[in-house]
Amino acid sequence: MLYFSVPLGKLVRRVSRLRGGGSALPGLVVEKIDPDFMRRTLSTLPLGVAVVSGTNGKTTTTKMVVELLESQGLKVFTNRTGSNFTRGVAAALLGEVDWRGRLDADVAVLELDEAHAVHFVNKVPPRYSLLLNVLRDQLDRFGEIDKTAELLQHIASKTTGTVVLNREDPRVARIAQTLDGPEVLYFGLDDSLLSTFPNDDEMRAAPGSPVPPAPARPAADVVLRRVGPDDADFEYDGATVTTPMLLRGVYNIFNAAAALTLARGVSGARGTGTDQAGLLTALAKVAPAFGRGESLVVDGLPLELVLVKNPSGFRLGLKSFPAAGYATMIAINDNYADGRDMSWLWDVEFDTLRDGGVDQLTGSRAYDMALRLQYDDVAIGAVDTEIAPALAAFIRGGEAKPKRIFCTYTAMLAIRRELSKITTVEVVS
Amino acid sequence: MTPRSPETPHELSFGHELPPEDSAAPSKGTIRVLQLYPRDMNIYGDWGNALVLAQRLRWHGYTPELLEYNVGDPFPADVDLIVGGGGQDSGQLVIQDDLLSRESTLKQLADDGTPMLVICGLYQLFGKFFKTRLGTVLPGIGILDVETHGTDERLIGNVTVTSPEFGSILGYENHSGQTTLGPGVEPLGTTAKGTGNNSTDGQEGARYRNIVASYLHGSLLPKNPALADFLIQTAVERKYGSFTPGTPDDSYAVLAREHAARRPR
Repeated sequence: MLYFSVPLGKLVRRVSRLRGGGSALPGLVVEKIDPDFMRRTLSTLPLGVAVVSGTNGKTTTTKMVVELLESQGLKVFTNRTGSNFTRGVAAALLGEVDWRGRLDADVAVLELDEAHAVHFVNKVPPRYSLLLNVLRDQLDRFGEIDKTAELLQHIASKTTGTVVLNREDPRVARIAQTLDGPEVLYFGLDDSLLSTFPNDDEMRAAPGSPVPPAPARPAADVVLRRVGPDDADFEYDGATVTTPMLLRGVYNIFNAAAALTLARGVSGARGTGTDQAGLLTALAKVAPAFGRGESLVVDGLPLELVLVKNPSGFRLGLKSFPAAGYATMIAINDNYADGRDMSWLWDVEFDTLRDGGVDQLTGSRAYDMALRLQYDDVAIGAVDTEIAPALAAFIRGGEAKPKRIFCTYTAMLAIRRELSKITTVEVVS
Repeated sequence: MTPRSPETPHELSFGHELPPEDSAAPSKGTIRVLQLYPRDMNIYGDWGNALVLAQRLRWHGYTPELLEYNVGDPFPADVDLIVGGGGQDSGQLVIQDDLLSRESTLKQLADDGTPMLVICGLYQLFGKFFKTRLGTVLPGIGILDVETHGTDERLIGNVTVTSPEFGSILGYENHSGQTTLGPGVEPLGTTAKGTGNNSTDGQEGARYRNIVASYLHGSLLPKNPALADFLIQTAVERKYGSFTPGTPDDSYAVLAREHAARRPR
């Protein structure tokens, strides 16, 4: 049976691709006939497996880690298709192995949804894990954020080599106390940046009140010291370096510190030392992953898409991208992938949009958003729950000025689809 | 009372701020709205309920004064309206002892007819007890004749409730505690969509005196202005004898309700 599972799986993958199908079916086939396929294949990698998980920023961070490791001359296997569940990993593996089931790579870097990561690490204990944050996002699925933290703790406990933790997220940093096997590395923030990253517990610290003195925190391997308009300062190995950044948004750049920590760990483990200059050059060139906050040019004018998935992400988005000079649209869907509960909109302050107002609202919960803005005294232009006409009106109507769209995940997918229909889209970063 | 000037810092608010007051009209009076435990019980947009009460008070011509009470604080005097929210289990543990120490104060206010809105976690703790799955009994303050039992089943999704007092109520539930009502309270309504208090009797929430207790987030008050105005009107009538409503524009609320009602569970 074993000898046929890989060719059969690859065949299913081809057929399923021809039919325009997704990545799950071939993974399912292999899982059924050869349950050990994934573990066996990944265990041949000389540098093992690194798992990236957490609520926010998995896709962009994974992309960064891959590009950083490639800058070190490593061959990296990753689940690029965004299939961040076990079966998706099996399917992605099928695409990469040769017909005899061999994977030509040094290391695997896998983005895994918190709940699926638990199943994955039970099958394949990773050598590295990178745990980004626990934010209120997927409560619909997991119930409570403490439960999500438990899922991440389980990933850490199964890690055999190095666990990389966000020092500034109390629920993530706390995981270190539960570990006695793996080495723990932290990525962290300069005290001056802490207030830009309110966690869900601190979200309601009184405004204008001084930030409470940061409690004594463990030393971090990489610290983000400063974020400029198009550069950033990182501190590691006792020195601070400034590097230009293509990525925008403080949260993306904090994730760059996370990626740098993991990449330093993995490439250092190779025994040949780490090429720091190469890492920085690669970091400077990383562009956001698809749909995670992109700059496009539409009809000759800049258009920014900013993904918002939870209150802290939305707050950071509003903070990172000042409204002045921009036309603004907000697209709120409530599909399963977006989260069905609209309560989160009430945990975000929209006062930064009060001066210019919001030009267009759309999405299945456009009127929930309108209601939210009304209670923050933010003026509203047009509301249309249908994304296609709303987008057309936003792009073509009004003054010729740069535009910005804050959107939930499925709204962003719909907007990308519509944009390519109504205009030529040029991706800037 | 003169309206607060936009420059005056708002003393409460915990990371959330009321938009600046811009009305030049004289205020018909001040209503003191107390948020219970906003620091520890705020996980599901509970600020939305406080914000709606404060803004609607303005739209009705009154001046809201938002106060808050957190663990260890002195309890403010002259409270006209109380709003309290949900938390996760860890938040409930943090406030448990403090809440019990405020039992007589809150009972007195409730029996005097102070309007209150308690959501999810505080709804449970306003009841007699919460018995966890493992059999541990966490005492509540017993203002509401209800009891709650922890379960393995999480009740999650959109909810529509039919209420004799408030018409249809729209919200979102997310809880694993199941609550049953005793004879001392009335249900807020019956569920037309979703589960509500428990998976057996089709009832949602509880009513006692001027207390509205509910599992519904969403946040609850923005899409249910009738409920918000009941709390406001009761508070104003108790303080000033009569209530002269203003004319809030509820057209977005009406549309948000229509669209929310059509969404899947």
